[in-house]
Amino acid sequence: MSWFKRVKEGITTSTSDKKSVPDGLWHKCSRCKKATLSSDHAVNKYVCMHCNYHDKIGSREYFEVIFDEGTCKELYSNIKPTDPLEFKDTKAYKDRLAETIKKTGMEDALRVGVGNVDGLPLVIACMDFGFIGGSMGSVVGEKIARAIDYGRENRIPVMIISKSGGARMMEAAFSLMQMAKTSAKLALLGQAGVPYISLLTDPTTGGVTASFAMLGDINIAEPEALIGFAGPRVIRETIGKDLPKGFQSSEFLLEHGFVDIIVPRTELKQKLSTLLHLWAEKPMAV
Amino acid sequence: MAHFDFEKPIQELEDQLKKVREVADKGKIDVTASIKELEEKIITTKRELYSNLNGWQRVQISRHPDRPYTLDYVENCFENFVEMHGDRNVKDDKAMVGGFASINGKTVMVIGHQKGRNTKQRQYRNFGMPNPEGYRKALRLMKLAEKLNKPIITFIDTPGASPGLEAEERGQGEAIAKNLLEMSVLKVPVICIIIGEGASGGALGIGVGDKVMMMENTWYSVISPESCSSILWRSWEHKEKAADALKLTANDMLKNKLIDGIIQEPLGGAHENPTEAYQIMKQEIDKMLAELCAKKSDELITSRIEKFSAMGAFTE
Repeated sequence: MSWFKRVKEGITTSTSDKKSVPDGLWHKCSRCKKATLSSDHAVNKYVCMHCNYHDKIGSREYFEVIFDEGTCKELYSNIKPTDPLEFKDTKAYKDRLAETIKKTGMEDALRVGVGNVDGLPLVIACMDFGFIGGSMGSVVGEKIARAIDYGRENRIPVMIISKSGGARMMEAAFSLMQMAKTSAKLALLGQAGVPYISLLTDPTTGGVTASFAMLGDINIAEPEALIGFAGPRVIRETIGKDLPKGFQSSEFLLEHGFVDIIVPRTELKQKLSTLLHLWAEKPMAV
Repeated sequence: MAHFDFEKPIQELEDQLKKVREVADKGKIDVTASIKELEEKIITTKRELYSNLNGWQRVQISRHPDRPYTLDYVENCFENFVEMHGDRNVKDDKAMVGGFASINGKTVMVIGHQKGRNTKQRQYRNFGMPNPEGYRKALRLMKLAEKLNKPIITFIDTPGASPGLEAEERGQGEAIAKNLLEMSVLKVPVICIIIGEGASGGALGIGVGDKVMMMENTWYSVISPESCSSILWRSWEHKEKAADALKLTANDMLKNKLIDGIIQEPLGGAHENPTEAYQIMKQEIDKMLAELCAKKSDELITSRIEKFSAMGAFTE
C-alpha cells in the first residue's frame, strides 16, 4: 500500500488550451548563462544586465541602437556576391553562398544605412558576423567604398562598424584588394575633410584590422572586444607560449594607443551624438 | 642547386648529358651529335615544363633559396644605393630595406622585403616578415621620396607580416592600414614588383602602386596555400588544392585584372640565370619609369585609385 493517494487526476489540459511561452521570450547570456527577458535585453542594447557581456549583434540591431527611430534608409542593398574564382574547398563557394543567404536572409556580410543620430545625419556601414564570419569579400568592399563616397559627396560623417574574422578566403586576391580599395576611398574622404568614425567590436581581426578598422579619425571600441591583426591561435603557435591575459582586447589597444575610447553599447548613441554635435558646432538638445 | 620533384625529367636529361660529356672528354668516341641532341631535348623539355606549371609548382619556385632577393636586384639593377635605416620611432626592421639609388641616371627610392639565405641570415631578416616598424620605415621613405619628387619602386617578397606579441602591441594592423591609405595618394610614380612571395596584407602593405607587376614564377594572394589548407580543410595536406583554388599565379592575377603585368623570367626561373633576370628587370623598370614619369601627379593618383576601386566581383 502506498503512503500517498492521488486526489486529483494528472494534467488534463488539452494541447490547444495550453498557455505557451513564446520562443525567444527569454535571452540566455552566452557568457554568464543567466536569463533576461528578451525585451529587457533589447532595451539594454543587447548587453547582458548581469555580466555586461556585449552580445554579438548584427547590422539590423546596430541601426536600431544608433539611428533615430524611422530615419534609417538602407543603401546599395542591390549589390550581391558572385563566385569569381569558382572556388571550392570542402564545399563549393557558390553553394556556401546560397545556403548562407537562405539561412540568414542577408545578401552579404555588410549593410549600409543613412539616418539621423539625435537629428544629425550619419552614414553607417555595418558588418554582419553571421554571414561567413563577417568576412570581407568584394561585396563588403564595394559597399564600404560606396558608403564612403556617399558621405564624401553629401558631406555626411561616415562610420564603419567592424565585426569580422578578416578577408574572405573564397574570393582570394579579390578580397585582399578590398583592403586597398577601402583605404584609398578613406584617403579621399579625409582630403575632403569629412570625419570618419571606426567602431571596433568583437571580433575585429585580419585584413579588416589592417585596413579601414584602424584608420578612424576616431577609433571607438566596445568593451572587451578581441581586436588584432594576427589571430590569437596563430600567434600562440608562432611563439609557442600562452598569450597574456587580456592580450588583443579593447583595453589592451587603448593602453597601447590604438583606440581613442572604449564605449559601452548602452552609451554609444549618446557618445556619437556628442561627437556629431561637436563637429557640426550645433548645440545638443537637452 | 636544389631541384623540385617536377623537375625530375630535366634532371635526368642533364645527368645523361654529363655522362656523355665525360665520354667525350676521354676523346675516344665522337659524341658531338648526341650532345647536341641532348642539349636540344633539355631546352624543349624545359620550355614545355615551365610553361605549364600549376599553382603549387610556382609557389615552390617562388621560394627557391637561390632566387634573387630585394638586395640582389638593388645591387645588380641600380647604382649608388644608400641604404637608410629605422622608422624614427622604435627601431630598424631588418625584414624591410630601403634607400635612394639610381637607375639609368634617374634617382629613385627603392624599398623591399628582405629574406636571408642561411639560418643565421634568415633569423636576422625574420624570414622576410616585417614588424610594424618595417611598414613605418617604408612609409617614412616613401614620404621622403614624395617630398623630393622621386619615383618609388618596391620589391615584394614576404610570407606575411610578422605575427607576434610585439607586432600586435605596436599595431601591425594600423601600420599596414596607414600604408594602404598613404600609398594610394602619393604624388610620385609608384611601381610595385612581386619578386617571390606575395602573402596577404604583409605584401599589400608596400603594394599599392601605379604599376603592380608579378614575376613569372611568383604568387600573390590573401593567404598562403598552407594556411588556407589548414583553415578550410583543417589539415596542411591540401596545400596543392588550395594553391589551385586561390588562383594565385601571375597569369591568373593578370586575367582577373588584379595586377598590371607579368615580368618574364629566364628559362627555369630567376635562380637559374640571375644575370638574365637582372637584365630583364632593369629593362622593365626603365620602361615603366619612362611611362609614369610623363604623367602629372593628379593623373597618377586618380588612375591609381580608380584602378583599385574597380577591383572586385559582384552583381547588381
